Amino acid sequence: MTLALDAFSLVAILLGLVFFAAGTAGLLRFPDASSRLHALTKADHLGLGLIVLGLLPRAEAVGGPARLIAVWLLVLVSSAAAGPLLARLARRQ
Amino acid sequence: MTTLYGLLGAALVGIGLFGLLVRTDPLLRILAFNLMGGGIFLVFGTVARRGAGAGFAADPVPQAIILTGIVVAFAATTLAVALVVRIAAADQARDGTTDAP
Amino acid sequence: MIADALIAAAILAVALATVAARGGFTAVALFIAYGLLLAFAWVRLGAMDVALTEAAIGAGLSGALLLGAASRVARHPVTTDRPPGRAMTAAIALGCGGVAVALAAAMLLLPDPAPTLAPSVAANLGTTGLGNPVAAVLMSFRGLDTLLESAVLVVAVIAAWSLAPEGGWGGVPGPAQPVVGDGPLALLARLLPPLGILVAVHVLWIGKDAPGGKFQAAAILAAMWMLAWMAGRASPPSVRSRSLRIAVAAGPTLFITVGLLGWLTQGAFLAYPPGLALPIIMVVEVALTASIAAALALLVLGPPERRA
Repeated sequence: MTLALDAFSLVAILLGLVFFAAGTAGLLRFPDASSRLHALTKADHLGLGLIVLGLLPRAEAVGGPARLIAVWLLVLVSSAAAGPLLARLARRQ
Repeated sequence: MTTLYGLLGAALVGIGLFGLLVRTDPLLRILAFNLMGGGIFLVFGTVARRGAGAGFAADPVPQAIILTGIVVAFAATTLAVALVVRIAAADQARDGTTDAP
Repeated sequence: MIADALIAAAILAVALATVAARGGFTAVALFIAYGLLLAFAWVRLGAMDVALTEAAIGAGLSGALLLGAASRVARHPVTTDRPPGRAMTAAIALGCGGVAVALAAAMLLLPDPAPTLAPSVAANLGTTGLGNPVAAVLMSFRGLDTLLESAVLVVAVIAAWSLAPEGGWGGVPGPAQPVVGDGPLALLARLLPPLGILVAVHVLWIGKDAPGGKFQAAAILAAMWMLAWMAGRASPPSVRSRSLRIAVAAGPTLFITVGLLGWLTQGAFLAYPPGLALPIIMVVEVALTASIAAALALLVLGPPERRA
């Protein structure tokens, strides 16, 4: 059982890292602000979500998983707000 | 591993000091000063980590001093920034009057 | 070890890029990254309290402050003096390199075994009733430092306010913010503060036994206030407001009073009566959190500039 959980964590975290790397590559390589933001927010949200998923079985029982999910949701909300703000600013310039 | 961060702190002090002396934009000087501060805190943190013991991951006394230092450095930074913004506004007002005729 | 090398290399690269940056905005963005990377270094050094404070104040609040300043100064850059010539730059680089090398040598020659106060903190932790050794140092063993530091914040607010431009005194701190009626910022300013306040209370409360405490909680509270302010939802009161002044000064005043009471009853400044240390410390912590949060937010907003 622990072996299965460990394998699950490992796969989820590695997959998350792949998405983070893809998002960062998009940030560096894409030509304009909108597509860069798109790459960064979309890929990083999925990456962070997968890492949180991978860490869930390893979190301490009391409040740990709840905190991890809260971190993910807070990042989602804050970049959902910051992304459009940056996009508007970029379009104005 | 701990020594690595001590060496990093030393390097950051050098980099920050260089920026403070060479850059002329006041905002960049404030940033360089804060880089230097970060380096000094890291040196403290290295000393704290080396003093790990009695079940603590690092000596709590230097850690508490670093916390105090971060807050005081922030207060000093806000004051410096307020001065820069004020000087910029004063310059703008003065240039505005001289440009007019 | 690989992780440490990567973190150290990233910090070094970002610091060099900050110093070499052309514009204020780029430099500030790099500096925020520097603060966040430094928080990683603190985690690796086993200093969780410092990591939280670095991320909240060193990267978060400083970032907001410096980005605001960069945008205001960008329209009219302040130039004080000419950049040094090539020979002078080389001499400065040599001197700074010397300082760094000397400091690095000092780091390599630190005494072994390292001197530490950890055992004495562990031995006396019980008298405070706290479980977080850093909180015990801050509130009890080195309480005077924390008291002076909270006083520094009050002095900094007074100093910032004294930079008010002509006609600004008696006004509202900070530049004017247009009210944002809808859009992502307005949504965030309505959605996040209740949650943020909850998190701040949690961080303050667990700070008694785990990493956390008044600085981190105060930084979160200040950030929530600033968020509402940026969306034009919450305007700070005039600098003449008595309640605002009381809010900033109450924490340090209570701390001084407790210190004097300790001097009267226990014979030493800031000595807590045995058995009552924990409740007294927690009351002072709560008061300090409110005052530090108000002071941090006011410092980010800056001097009063417009009429109430």
